[in-house]
Amino acid sequence: MTALVSARGVSKSFAGVEVLRDVDLDLAAGEVHALLGENGAGKSTFARIVAGVHRPTSGTIALGGAPVDIASPVIAQSLGITLIHQEPISFPDLSVAENLVLGRSAGGPLARVPWAAMTRDARRLMDVLGVRIDVTRPMRGLSIADQQMVEIARALASDARLIIMDEPTASLTPNEVATLFTIARRLRDEGRAIVFISHRLEEVRDLCDRVTIFRDGARVETAAIGALSDAEIIRRMIGRPHQDYMHKTGVAIGGVALKITGLTRRGAFADISFDVRHGEIVGMGGLVGAGRTDVARAIFGVEPADSGTIEIDGKPATIREPSDAIALGLAFVPEDRAVAGIFRSLSVEANITAAVPGKIAPRGFIRRAVEKTLAADAVKRLRIRLASVRQPIGELSGGNQQKAILARWLMTDPSVLILDEPTRGIDIGVKAEFYDMIGDLAAQGRAILLISSELPELLALCDRVLVMSEGRLTADIPRSEATQERIMSAAVPASAGAAA
Amino acid sequence: MIGALLARREVGLIVMIALVALVVGLIEPRFLTAETLRIVTLAIPLILVAAMGQMMVILARHVDLSIGAILGFAAIVAGMIFRDMPQLPTIVGVLAAIACGAVLGLANGLVVTTFNLPSIIVTLGTLSLYRGLVFLVSGSKQVDPQFIPRGLISMSQTSPIFGIPWIVLIAFAIALATWAFLGYTRTGRQIYAIGSNPVAAPLRSIRVTPVTLFVFTLSGALAGVAGVMYAARFGYVNPGITGVGFEFIVIAAVVVGGVSINGGVGSVLGVTLGVIFLGMVNVALPILGVSAFWQSAIYGAVILLALVVDRTVRIRGAAALTLSRGTA
Amino acid sequence: MTDASLPAPGVQNAAPARPRWQVLLVRPETGTLLLLVGAIIVAANLSPFFSDLRFILESSTYYMEFGLVALVLTLVIISGEIDLSPAAMMALSACVFASLFQAGLPIGLAMVAGVATGAALGAFNGFLVVVLQLPSIIATIGTLTLFRGLSQVLAGDRSISGFPAWFMGIDWRTVGIVPYPVIGFTLAALALAVLLGMTVWGRQIYQIGVSEIAARHAGVRVRRIKFGLFVAMGVTSALAGLLTASRLASVRYDMATGGELQMVLMVMLGGTYIFGGRGGVLGTFLAAWLLVIIATGMNVANIVVTSQLVVMGLLLIGSIIATNAIYARTQR
Repeated sequence: MTALVSARGVSKSFAGVEVLRDVDLDLAAGEVHALLGENGAGKSTFARIVAGVHRPTSGTIALGGAPVDIASPVIAQSLGITLIHQEPISFPDLSVAENLVLGRSAGGPLARVPWAAMTRDARRLMDVLGVRIDVTRPMRGLSIADQQMVEIARALASDARLIIMDEPTASLTPNEVATLFTIARRLRDEGRAIVFISHRLEEVRDLCDRVTIFRDGARVETAAIGALSDAEIIRRMIGRPHQDYMHKTGVAIGGVALKITGLTRRGAFADISFDVRHGEIVGMGGLVGAGRTDVARAIFGVEPADSGTIEIDGKPATIREPSDAIALGLAFVPEDRAVAGIFRSLSVEANITAAVPGKIAPRGFIRRAVEKTLAADAVKRLRIRLASVRQPIGELSGGNQQKAILARWLMTDPSVLILDEPTRGIDIGVKAEFYDMIGDLAAQGRAILLISSELPELLALCDRVLVMSEGRLTADIPRSEATQERIMSAAVPASAGAAA
Repeated sequence: MIGALLARREVGLIVMIALVALVVGLIEPRFLTAETLRIVTLAIPLILVAAMGQMMVILARHVDLSIGAILGFAAIVAGMIFRDMPQLPTIVGVLAAIACGAVLGLANGLVVTTFNLPSIIVTLGTLSLYRGLVFLVSGSKQVDPQFIPRGLISMSQTSPIFGIPWIVLIAFAIALATWAFLGYTRTGRQIYAIGSNPVAAPLRSIRVTPVTLFVFTLSGALAGVAGVMYAARFGYVNPGITGVGFEFIVIAAVVVGGVSINGGVGSVLGVTLGVIFLGMVNVALPILGVSAFWQSAIYGAVILLALVVDRTVRIRGAAALTLSRGTA
Repeated sequence: MTDASLPAPGVQNAAPARPRWQVLLVRPETGTLLLLVGAIIVAANLSPFFSDLRFILESSTYYMEFGLVALVLTLVIISGEIDLSPAAMMALSACVFASLFQAGLPIGLAMVAGVATGAALGAFNGFLVVVLQLPSIIATIGTLTLFRGLSQVLAGDRSISGFPAWFMGIDWRTVGIVPYPVIGFTLAALALAVLLGMTVWGRQIYQIGVSEIAARHAGVRVRRIKFGLFVAMGVTSALAGLLTASRLASVRYDMATGGELQMVLMVMLGGTYIFGGRGGVLGTFLAAWLLVIIATGMNVANIVVTSQLVVMGLLLIGSIIATNAIYARTQR
């Protein structure tokens, strides 16, 4: 097989953290190539580098044997490389036909737009793909599946040689998936290369010829799909077992602190029921987009659920706003620290004391001395590295920012603590500190719900692991029975049909 | 199908225009005469021309608050050329006015794009700056009617066809040209694309900065045209009056015509109907015995109403999107 | 779904804090203060009038009305919103006050009604922004037009006057040589500076401006605070409208026309960030005095009022560009 695209030694770092390490990979014309891996394993980063979204920190990419510098998505397109996003880029107010043409048409600024020819070509493309989309209607309101079809049509129109589909089936129905696969196969048979990123193993088996597995930013293995069993694929995705974290010991598990019954929000998650006891660490695993964060946000009142009940210490709770949740003893460390966590330009002390205005300002007036003492104590206790508590928090490292956010919530003395990916983007050393802290918090009798995509983290820390998949709770595994394989197989949807 | 038709802003506007004509005509039969039609058509050319420019700015997700001052500046420059250099042909003054408008518009665009600042605040500043320039250039003196060339004034009185004055024909010609430009040229479509999704536009090799500059320049130039029309229509130019508060009328006409303040949506037909609607209301008010003092309040209410409608439509659109995800 | 492997920005080792003098120097208020000092020196050389504090104070009262509103507007802009309708609210609440007074209501009650009108108008803005979630920058363009129009409906082109002597000429009443409006403005600036700088409420306004999402997650009642700010804008505008009525001894619908520019200018010139989260009342306070000096200076230098528009426009644009540049440098 001759390689259409050859990557050699491709690495990528974001702000000093290496997310892709020395990847060699060949993509051949006429094959559908699956990229598999856990969240954050590097497969999406690799795809984006090939598509010109990111530039590699080091390494080279050759196209048809000649090295190329894919500096931008526009250049990638001109080279015949198209990335189809999970939620495709579109101009919602323009017609389907225009979305197809935009950016490809030639001519000067006043060149005439050939509506008739444009519409005709668009119809022809849709016919080629065998999809029925009215090309004169606006993109707005088109289903995700149809938007993807339009993107694929775009790729065809620009005669793309490599089409990368990043989790294209995540929000498709079984019929839509079938249509997509038919088209993908046909494109392959025409001699194009297709890269298919998905978590659904059955789909991968159905569609793909070869598979490459990523783990921790490195390529682990490339093989023909038939050469590996599901169990072998999953084992390679999770890799060596980590046993370096200590589980808390000797903590008495108390009464139910948080009880969720039938929580549902349309379009996000349905019928979620579980409870978390005092002193218990309950993990929540699943793939990105499974609805875990949505559940946490609903419990905390950021975006309340449509139906279902929340009880705290046996009493029904009404939570419409985060401030209600805080008053009831809940705390939430959000996943997206940069947006929902820190106040970037404000001081560390203002960040740490943000959730306890009553403590620093008993009569409304902030007592700077009290504030400083509280913040300094927290800084010492959590070993936050900084120059001054008056320093803007944006100047701290990611791990120290995260510690400050945790410190903010410890100030409220919460009985229930929800941690959403608390160790994402944090150095290994600091991670271990976090694990100790989480153990200590449970030992103090707090109930902890830990959302994490890192399986070793869940296995090491949690008394029980809940698993979500496609908006539903699919497993509740006690510590004694929890293995990476069990969590992973509950997290990976068996097939697209399971969602519908 | 009928629902889709009714949902279109243009249809709604035609219904509203007919409704106003009917209701006012029933109350006061005087309203339904050729004379009223003439007054309405004379009331709209300035707004229509400036609205074409403002429409493009809003389509690209910006707002230009300075067009009233640009109109004033262009008008005073034209008026002063007419007054102080009567030997020059009229067209020189006209072209100078349009050029001035284009330059001031370009200046708006340059500040907005270079420093990446909100256009409303920038043009709030230039609104004051340009109005000040009007006073400076003119020495705060009005250009009196006797200096405005007869030929120019006759543009709003004489007609080549069907008794429709020149000035009205020119305005509609500009609207037609805008329609062709926005609908049928590459740049026109790119304006829609930028407003519809500014982040994605560069990914489709659209050069956002030049297009944005062009849009502001065109808006200024069209305000310049409106400035000349002001001189032709009213026969004088006063630094403290000409074009003051004009921006709000134009913005009202544009948003009531269905141009989304979030960019990317709007048609020339809609804006034209919006201008006609506002013109009708203005003419109807005195006939109904309602004080002309209501005008500004109506503009304000119309702007707010259009914003609320726009937002409702968008929320519905988003709901339809999530719905089709589940059921498609 | 964003790339799961993308770490949050800011992953770096603990950076040393900037030295204090440097922090002070890059504060935009410092720039405002320097400009103010410079303007005073230039003006004092230009005309002996400026050695006379009494003269400056007397000529400042016009700006105190806008300055009062600009102080509250500072809080609104720090919270990430904007209100372009205050000048129109001044006019409308003053027109309500004057019309009721003319209709025979005791002047005290009419004043209360005027202020209540301001509160209602502010609440209307708040409703549009907080409940209907319209962008404040364009929604308040709409209400600016609406409120100004309603003033015209109410007052026509009349000038309403005939107020009792005690109501009129507040700008001529002084404590020592300081006119009442100056005292009012200064006290208000102090009070708001304390509120913004020393209370939880002020802290939360900054938090909302820096990141509304993070503020909500931290339990800040964002909607309530924003709504409150818009109501405060209305009330303050109404008070400023009454001050103007007292100074002019009459009320017309076109009161304070174009005032929104002056108010936004004071806030921007005071170094508050147009995109929210940074700035302060002290800057606005200094900027108001800077405008007093510049405007009075131009008057003394016989530069006509109308061409001062040029200066104001240039100042507004220049100050946003400068403030943006300063914050962009320190943002990182």
